[in-house]
Amino acid sequence: MTEPLSFEKSRAALDPPRLPEAGVSTPADLPKRWRRRHPPRLPRLSEPEILRHYHRLASMNYSASERFYPLGSCTMKYNPVLNEQLARLPGFADLHPYQDEETVQGALELMWRLERALCAITGMDRMALQPAAGAHGEWTALRIVQAYHRARGEERDQVLVPDSAHGTNPASAALCGFTVVEVRSGADGRVDVGDLRGKLSERVAALMLTNPNTLGLFERDILDIAELVHGVGAKLYYDGANLNALMGICRPGDMGFDAVHLNLHKTFATPHGGGGPGAGPVGVRAELVPFLPRPTVERDGDRFFFDHDRPASIGRVRSFYGNFGVLVRAFAYIVAMGGDGLTQASLDAVLAANYLRARLAGALDLPHPGPCMHEFVASARSLTSHGVRAVDLAKGLLDRGFYAPTVYFPLIVPEAVMIEPTETETRATLDAFADAVHDLVRTARERPEDLRARPAHLPVGRLDEVAAARRPVLRWTPAGADDAPP
Amino acid sequence: MLRALGVDSVEELLVDLPTAVRLERLDLPPGLSELETAASLRRLAARNLVYEDRLCFRGGGVYRRFIPAAVQAVISRPEFATAYTPYQAEASQGTLQAIFEFQTLIAELTALDVANASLYDGATALAEAAMMAVVHTGRSEVVVVGHLHPEYEEVLRCYAAGRGFVVGSGLERISERTAAVLVQQPNFFGLLEDVEEVTELAHRRGALAVACVDPISLGLLAPPGEYGADIAVGEGQQLGLPPSFGGPHLGFVACRRELVRRLPGRLVGQTSDPRGRRGFVLTLTAREQHIRRERATSNICTNHSLCALAASVYLTYLGPEGLRRVAEVSFQRAHALAERLCALPGIEAAFPGRPFFNEFPVRMFHVEQRLRRLDEAGILGGLPVARWYPRRPELRDVVLFCCTEVNDPAALDLLVEVMSRA
Repeated sequence: MTEPLSFEKSRAALDPPRLPEAGVSTPADLPKRWRRRHPPRLPRLSEPEILRHYHRLASMNYSASERFYPLGSCTMKYNPVLNEQLARLPGFADLHPYQDEETVQGALELMWRLERALCAITGMDRMALQPAAGAHGEWTALRIVQAYHRARGEERDQVLVPDSAHGTNPASAALCGFTVVEVRSGADGRVDVGDLRGKLSERVAALMLTNPNTLGLFERDILDIAELVHGVGAKLYYDGANLNALMGICRPGDMGFDAVHLNLHKTFATPHGGGGPGAGPVGVRAELVPFLPRPTVERDGDRFFFDHDRPASIGRVRSFYGNFGVLVRAFAYIVAMGGDGLTQASLDAVLAANYLRARLAGALDLPHPGPCMHEFVASARSLTSHGVRAVDLAKGLLDRGFYAPTVYFPLIVPEAVMIEPTETETRATLDAFADAVHDLVRTARERPEDLRARPAHLPVGRLDEVAAARRPVLRWTPAGADDAPP
Repeated sequence: MLRALGVDSVEELLVDLPTAVRLERLDLPPGLSELETAASLRRLAARNLVYEDRLCFRGGGVYRRFIPAAVQAVISRPEFATAYTPYQAEASQGTLQAIFEFQTLIAELTALDVANASLYDGATALAEAAMMAVVHTGRSEVVVVGHLHPEYEEVLRCYAAGRGFVVGSGLERISERTAAVLVQQPNFFGLLEDVEEVTELAHRRGALAVACVDPISLGLLAPPGEYGADIAVGEGQQLGLPPSFGGPHLGFVACRRELVRRLPGRLVGQTSDPRGRRGFVLTLTAREQHIRRERATSNICTNHSLCALAASVYLTYLGPEGLRRVAEVSFQRAHALAERLCALPGIEAAFPGRPFFNEFPVRMFHVEQRLRRLDEAGILGGLPVARWYPRRPELRDVVLFCCTEVNDPAALDLLVEVMSRA
């Protein structure tokens, strides 16, 4: 099943939707030099056609609400439907960001309380809620670290990033003008402390670390790492992508981290939206607090207010105060779960990952000894001798009704298959998934051509990504138009 | 599951954690039932004042507009809302095709060749465009012309301080060192800039011209592609998204085809499967952080996909005539309101003779008192700009008013009536 583009379904003769008349009289007219010459070629569709179009598109998606979505590093847990309702309350959704503070006390209190809760979870002293996503949070935290060093008269030009890190880490560092220096992982999948020691110097502004790392392994040398990093005056930065393993179990602040970013759309159960919006709050220890983005939310007795007067602040990282609608959902999640519930969630996430990992032993290689934390990385390299790769296994899983794990990441594991089940799946689901993987691996050995032809039960078969990149078609153009795609 | 693993508790799986970092207890209140959670959040919501949308005349980058019911009906579909970034294309054709349509809609709206899948907001979109230009030209200064939204400028400066480029301002600053000239149309005050002249000056010095535009205005105003801009960015909140206290909203970026490989973020492209059926995939990923790491064009990963979907439904609902009508109604009501306000004693146009779209600055006596009186009548009055310009005494008494299709004629009458009470 495929669906034509809205542009292809457009009906030229269709009347526009009914809209109010201006109902006022004015002699004003827009001078010609500012007028649009050619109208945009937007589709013309009636409301029922529009809804059918998008509902049909919806039915062509796999989503976490209908099936297992074990995408490693993405924490595709259940998104409570209550939180959707709450974010849409007019008392939240209809607030203008420039209303007077006295009229938005509930919103400010929510932000203030969310900040305290996130501090309690991470062991940080203050949080900034402004960043719009994880990578935005990484960049914000690095800007804060950069401002801190500059305020001390130091222009440190390097940021250390492990070779197992998410791609956003080096990209965020580069966006801050830093040179990225890669730190090797040891055979046990953790930071090679010797290599780290050799790369630390007074040129280093920060080490960016994900813990548990992207292999799902806890960096057990974390206290030594923190001491080494602080020994050269650098800061230790926590990428919160994997915080779902640690809530109530241990806190980045207690491990020696100076700054963290969180992904509310992972750990705190706000929906991913097919690629956002998320939210990436940044937390810091006391000595970095002056550099937080402004405004901060402060409290004076019963009154909450924005503090714009923060002279050492790095400034703003986006307009207004953050993805408030996402903050509402995350706050509702934290309130509902409580300290006990969040702790249980992390314990359950670790249990689910270890259980699934054990169930997959024998089907896939497990290059690093367990136990793991909330996720693990397997390898499909044993299948390559049959001409089957991780991508084939992924497509086979799609045909079995599961979304696929993250494949080919982290880069340090060949044919990586990265699996994060989360705490909200039942044992029956994990078993069904494990059975499917075992079955597919058998197929790979016996009938590899079958797997390479997957998926066969989806709206389209395997799509040609090489052709898409070689001759990019990035938009619809009307038939016969001379503006060929770039 | 514990039994299958041969352990008695999850604690036994946490072998790698140093005991020194183990937390005894997470210091948060215990969890609540759904009923109590909802009550707790509703109490907070009730402590905020919601102005009737027809009585909201405050803009400054966020506007109350009519949102067709179709928008919520589509973005509430969990298949869209609870999917991840579409890495597995065959199981994500809904999201991918919707983004492909969004890219086309934005390209059409701006009259440029290509657009990306979305960015966070208008302010960060402008900063991303500046960085595109810095890389493309190899120059390290951008110049802002006209009154850019002060928060956008602050964000731009924050990016510049990290990335290492300079932000200058004013037409006279444009030189052979300039990577890009940035102009907001309409500007922060709602006034129209001579964008054609700005574009020409930029190009004469080999700089790129970047226009930061209001997407609704493009139903009526010349789009960036018609005046030769190389990159267009903007804030898409008005395309079907509620104000939501400032977010989540929608950043967009479009450019000429020569710049496509400089674009930040996700791009969806068309391709086919082995049976020749059309499909869509994430493409040109060699620009992106997960492939290129520190050499990526940007660090952006999660963007604002669901907001882009809302915008697509909104624009498809309106169609070209509907969009033009919304822009015209906004224009006419704002102009009618401006004429009536400026006829009142003690109120005058702050920049007389300057054309505007649907937001305009007036200068008035007793700003606070008048706004308080409007507030007592349930009206969210205009936006005083003085707080952003402490060193510009001539802007001390300037207030921006905006009108959209939700501010009906009776609402205008009420506003004028309250304002006329001396």
